[in-house]
Amino acid sequence: MITELGHFALLLAFGVALIQMVVPMVGAAKGWPGWMAVAEPAAGIQLVLVGAAFGALMWAFITSDFSLAVVVSNSHSMKPMLYKISGTWGNHEGSMLLWVFIVALFGAMAAWFGGQLPASLRARVLSVQAAIAVAFLAFILLTSNPFARLAVPPFDGQDLNPLLQDPGLAFHPPFLYLGYVGLSMAFSFAVAALIEGRVDAAWGRWVRPWTLAAWIFLTIGIALGSWWAYYELGWGGFWFWDPVENASFMPWLLAAALLHSAIVVEKRESLKSWTILLAILAFGFSLIGTFIVRSGLLTSVHAFANDPERGVFILLIMAVFMGGALVLFALRAGALEAKGVFSIASRESALVLNNLLLAVACFVVFVGTMWPLLAEMFFDRKLSVGPPFFNAAFTPFMIALGIVLPVGSALPWKRANLARALWPLRYAFALSLAIGGLVWAMQTGRSLIGPVGMFLAAWILMGTVVDLMQRTGRGPNRLRRLVRLPRADWGKATAHSGLGVTMMGIAGLTAWTVEDIQVAQIDVPFEVAGYEMTLRSVTQGNGPNYVVTTGEIDVSKEGKFIATLAPEKRFYPVAQMPTTEAAIHQNLARDLYLVIGDEQTNGGWAIRTYIKVMTNWIWIGCGLMSLGGLLSLSDRRFRVAGGARKPRQQPVPAE
Amino acid sequence: MKRLFLILMLLASPLTAVQPDEILDDPVLESRARELSKGLRCLVCRNESIDESNASLARDLRILLRDRLVAGDTDEEAVGFIVSRYGEYVLLNPPIGGANWILWGAGPFMLLLAGGLGAVYLRGRSRAAAPQDAGLSDDEAARLREILNK
Repeated sequence: MITELGHFALLLAFGVALIQMVVPMVGAAKGWPGWMAVAEPAAGIQLVLVGAAFGALMWAFITSDFSLAVVVSNSHSMKPMLYKISGTWGNHEGSMLLWVFIVALFGAMAAWFGGQLPASLRARVLSVQAAIAVAFLAFILLTSNPFARLAVPPFDGQDLNPLLQDPGLAFHPPFLYLGYVGLSMAFSFAVAALIEGRVDAAWGRWVRPWTLAAWIFLTIGIALGSWWAYYELGWGGFWFWDPVENASFMPWLLAAALLHSAIVVEKRESLKSWTILLAILAFGFSLIGTFIVRSGLLTSVHAFANDPERGVFILLIMAVFMGGALVLFALRAGALEAKGVFSIASRESALVLNNLLLAVACFVVFVGTMWPLLAEMFFDRKLSVGPPFFNAAFTPFMIALGIVLPVGSALPWKRANLARALWPLRYAFALSLAIGGLVWAMQTGRSLIGPVGMFLAAWILMGTVVDLMQRTGRGPNRLRRLVRLPRADWGKATAHSGLGVTMMGIAGLTAWTVEDIQVAQIDVPFEVAGYEMTLRSVTQGNGPNYVVTTGEIDVSKEGKFIATLAPEKRFYPVAQMPTTEAAIHQNLARDLYLVIGDEQTNGGWAIRTYIKVMTNWIWIGCGLMSLGGLLSLSDRRFRVAGGARKPRQQPVPAE
Repeated sequence: MKRLFLILMLLASPLTAVQPDEILDDPVLESRARELSKGLRCLVCRNESIDESNASLARDLRILLRDRLVAGDTDEEAVGFIVSRYGEYVLLNPPIGGANWILWGAGPFMLLLAGGLGAVYLRGRSRAAAPQDAGLSDDEAARLREILNK
């Protein structure tokens, strides 16, 4: 019954979204306030209806209703409750429903908090947002109905992919979708502004919080996914340049570019048409990501619904939205004249350079991701593009970005004296060079990644500190002025230092990981890079829905006991799948990463040990970036202009 | 129960990537083999190198690669041998040349193009005359007063 109600709610939501798409748009074109006002309640109703459908599906998963096809293929009565709930979006149908729910959520937020927007712009934004919802609701209802019943329900389900049964992955998709779909807001604002034919500083200020929110969610989502891959996949990598990872990374890069160019629109009324184009493209790459995951066109560890029919449908959606928006852009972009005048050496130019590097880096990732497909289509060559290509072709852009970041953020707006702006950075630069040189001298015969990464990290971090100090001016009370800097300044400093910290972690992990593969005998110690390991025992047991082999390994260094680590390997009988659970001893300097393998025919167990230097800084940096985004989001100017509703005029009491 | 358990464990076997019995005694050859196998794709896997993969085919390829190195092949000869058997699909790092120029050249080309466009734009901006300030419309002025008076 609840299932049917959910299905019905979804159909109703489709109808409401259709109304919300058409009526406000016509109203805005004709200038009819009544028609425009339809958008706000419609957005709320749509959210409630899609939410009800999503809740109904979640209920089916929680109660293990095996009359639903999607529950049967992705759940099991023995599965822990957390994964029953997260199983709702751990499959194609449910995740699409989550996707649409978030589209509706953002639409409703824009309706509720967009009281400051001009009525016609708000109507158009909500109408475009509804158009996206219409497209994806149609996709769900026509090709991937989560509420499809089975005529003969089985006694139990086929279990969720065991790799997905993990707390890190339970929350990875929702954050990622909040990010992907958050970019739909930027898209809606861009298209609405093009229809309106007006882009000004106010538009930049409205679109920026949405982009910022989407970018924060994307950052968290990607970090969660990479953290999960690090400890779950069993060889301690954090990024594999897998097509689906790239699919989430490309929107992140463009969202980062958009954040920065929207500042130029807001403060200087320049880069308008480029910002609009970025907003369109950023959402376009979100759609490409959806397409890559769900079409099965590119093989990837993530691709979970490989159905050509669905792929064609998403391709169609993509063609309509991207084609439509880009045609509109071509027609209208000429009308968006830039206002600000600035010299070559200025903050504006630095932000242009930032955008150039991020956008071209995104393009490189895009070409590398699509190349196997293109080469097969046009040159009849079956080839692969893997991590070696991306490391070689992508990294230079990030290095360049790291070098120019402190310089760019030190430059003033409009017109800068380059020498004067750079002078305060002289000590930071010299010290960073010295750190890089020291690192280079200490390691011999290894790659350049270590020293270059340490130089960049030191340069960005110290550059950020210098920038903050510069903002406090001279004279007494500098500390008080520092504390009272706008939150946007603190957000900028935090997010930038987060980037530096992440670069440090990546460089350390890449350059200095020690790996060892051993056959370990019980109670016979072996040594890896100064650590002494002893396999004490190997036991076997049962988990809730798996069987498990656990090794107990004592680790000590120079006679001092550090920890007993228990790496596991699990086998999920229902899904017929083995997984590894690495045991990791973490601290800020290094991770001890242990994986247990097979029992050897002549006794002993295969044990892999990694000493992974500075790994945790990768995710600490991601956390700092998100925190910086949040600080910036809470800046007063957004609260004043975009947050609270317009207060109603208080009637004056009669005498 | 015990028997079921054993059967399940058997099904669950190959788990780790490089296994101890594959490792060559000569550490120089072994590190060459590890480096090369990071650039070779496991054909039955999804986007994993044979160095990372648990599949039995990946294991066969790792052993094959080590056999060639032990037999005295250079890095290029050993990789060439595997490519001649399995096609260029096994190469995770597409070689520069032929159509792959498009792949490798796309980034630098786009950087030059975008850099050129950006430079033209910046030059234009730095030479443009400051436009007359259109000022605020009445509505905007009213709204501004409202914000400032909060």
